[in-house]
Amino acid sequence: MNIRLIKDLLFKRISASLLLISVCVVLLIIIGLSAKSIPLLENQNLWEILTQSIWSPLKGNFGFLPFIMGTIWVTLISLIIAVPLCILSSVYLVEYATDRLRNSVLPLMNVLAAIPPVLYGVWGVLFVVPMVGQWIAPIFGVNASGYSVLSGGIVLAVMIFPIMVSIIVEVLKTIPQELKAASLSLGATKWETIKKVILKKAKPGIIAAVVLAISRAFGETIAVLMVCGNIPRVPQSIFDAGYPIPALIANNFGEMMSIPLYDSALMFAALLLFVIIFGFNLISRIILNRLEEEA
Amino acid sequence: MSSIKSRLRQEKIAKILMQLSGISITGSLFLIIGIILYKGLPYLSWEMVSQTPQGGFYIGKSGGILNAILGSLYLATAATILATIIGIPISIYLNLYIKSGSLIAKASKLLFDVLYGIPSIVYGAIAFSMMVWLGIRASLLGGIITITLLTIPIVVRTIDELVKTIPIDLKNVTKALGATRWEIAQVLLKYIKPGVFTAILLAFGRAIGDVAGVLLTTGFSDNLPKYLDEPAATLPLAIFFQLSSPIPEVQGRAYASALVLTFIILIIVICTHILASKQKKHKI
Repeated sequence: MNIRLIKDLLFKRISASLLLISVCVVLLIIIGLSAKSIPLLENQNLWEILTQSIWSPLKGNFGFLPFIMGTIWVTLISLIIAVPLCILSSVYLVEYATDRLRNSVLPLMNVLAAIPPVLYGVWGVLFVVPMVGQWIAPIFGVNASGYSVLSGGIVLAVMIFPIMVSIIVEVLKTIPQELKAASLSLGATKWETIKKVILKKAKPGIIAAVVLAISRAFGETIAVLMVCGNIPRVPQSIFDAGYPIPALIANNFGEMMSIPLYDSALMFAALLLFVIIFGFNLISRIILNRLEEEA
Repeated sequence: MSSIKSRLRQEKIAKILMQLSGISITGSLFLIIGIILYKGLPYLSWEMVSQTPQGGFYIGKSGGILNAILGSLYLATAATILATIIGIPISIYLNLYIKSGSLIAKASKLLFDVLYGIPSIVYGAIAFSMMVWLGIRASLLGGIITITLLTIPIVVRTIDELVKTIPIDLKNVTKALGATRWEIAQVLLKYIKPGVFTAILLAFGRAIGDVAGVLLTTGFSDNLPKYLDEPAATLPLAIFFQLSSPIPEVQGRAYASALVLTFIILIIVICTHILASKQKKHKI
């Protein structure tokens, strides 16, 4: 056989097996996480684990509610801050901004995306936590340390800015010029066109961007861990400390060996994260792929 | 329908709101870098970046974070090289060897997209329990493997995006000259070369900044990293540990370490930007 064809075949075999191996790794992760979570699930039923709020590993109580609520609180707060800001800025960048402004702002988003989580955490401790503790909390008449779900939400909001802005900008770019022209020629102002035509048309894409941002926020570990306070109680207000699921895993993994079921509980937490994020990512990617094919 | 005046007023308010949100988003970037600069610069010294921790380093005595800087560089370099070696063939395979519309290609691309979003703590947790199961302790090698898994999806997806930008003619011309698929791949890779380096740099940036993945798998050590089977320090973890100390001097070092990491990331970003604009000019 020709040496060139042998090379071709060899490369095909190698790359196919590499692909196969990486798919197997995913299966391995799922199987490993599930296998490790089984002891906990045999001990308590799933509903109990998810809805009980008592977390005392020494007594064998593994209620995940405080952590689930902690995650939901910080994620919601970050979305409330980030979604309107990102939609408005992306619309501005696509519809109003000059090419020069757009070409200088979008690279800055790449810088923001490249900043590692730990630096966001440092910024959170140095700036956001004192700001929440000394300025925002007193306005509402609350005495708080600043290590709270609000701080976590603010830090997360900044972390999801870049992913949301870059996706929404891409989505807005795919909207046909004719649609805008038709609306404008009917006498609508630019803002009315944006509100009633562009945003309506871009809705699926924006939803996909938000879902993707949610899954980013869900899994963020170190930055939230640094600013959230980490108290395993269901937060009652935005100034209360929270304890999101990733922080739970990171904080306790090393020391879990001696307590029965503890490692199983933490692996269950990882499984929970994996399943939720996998699902969310899948949904938003499918929406985005479909949009791309249409465009 | 409201009067034209109020509609125009709405337009104006909306525009101002949009400008404000744009300013706050870009402003947050400068705020982050500004605060780290402001806090870190006073503590940054040659000693910080050129020495390993001496006795009593963590109560404010002399020493530096060279162990962490080198540890991070070793770890990120090794993981990025591995991820590139594994990732590039996969994306070539997905684009050249199987039909791009086929179910396998679509499903694999979707899978890598989804894996891109899986947080590093999940990789860290699973790698850690594997290591416990196999009886391996936290080590540089464990960290490298974990971070490689984390960065493979980045390489695969970024290169896949690049391959999409290649003109179909180039592929057809090469094919028409009788090239095998492997030879086509070489031509195409040459065409997207700057972009490939961008992908590698992106992966490197993610690798060097990750904490949750290395927290459990790599451990920490005050010595310079020499062996693969020994724990090694990493820069993000050094920042994290020092920041949680109550001693101001040690906290100051955390700020300075954060500044060092910021510099590394900024260098990476600037290189990426230069390469990306090269890729744009590169087009036929």
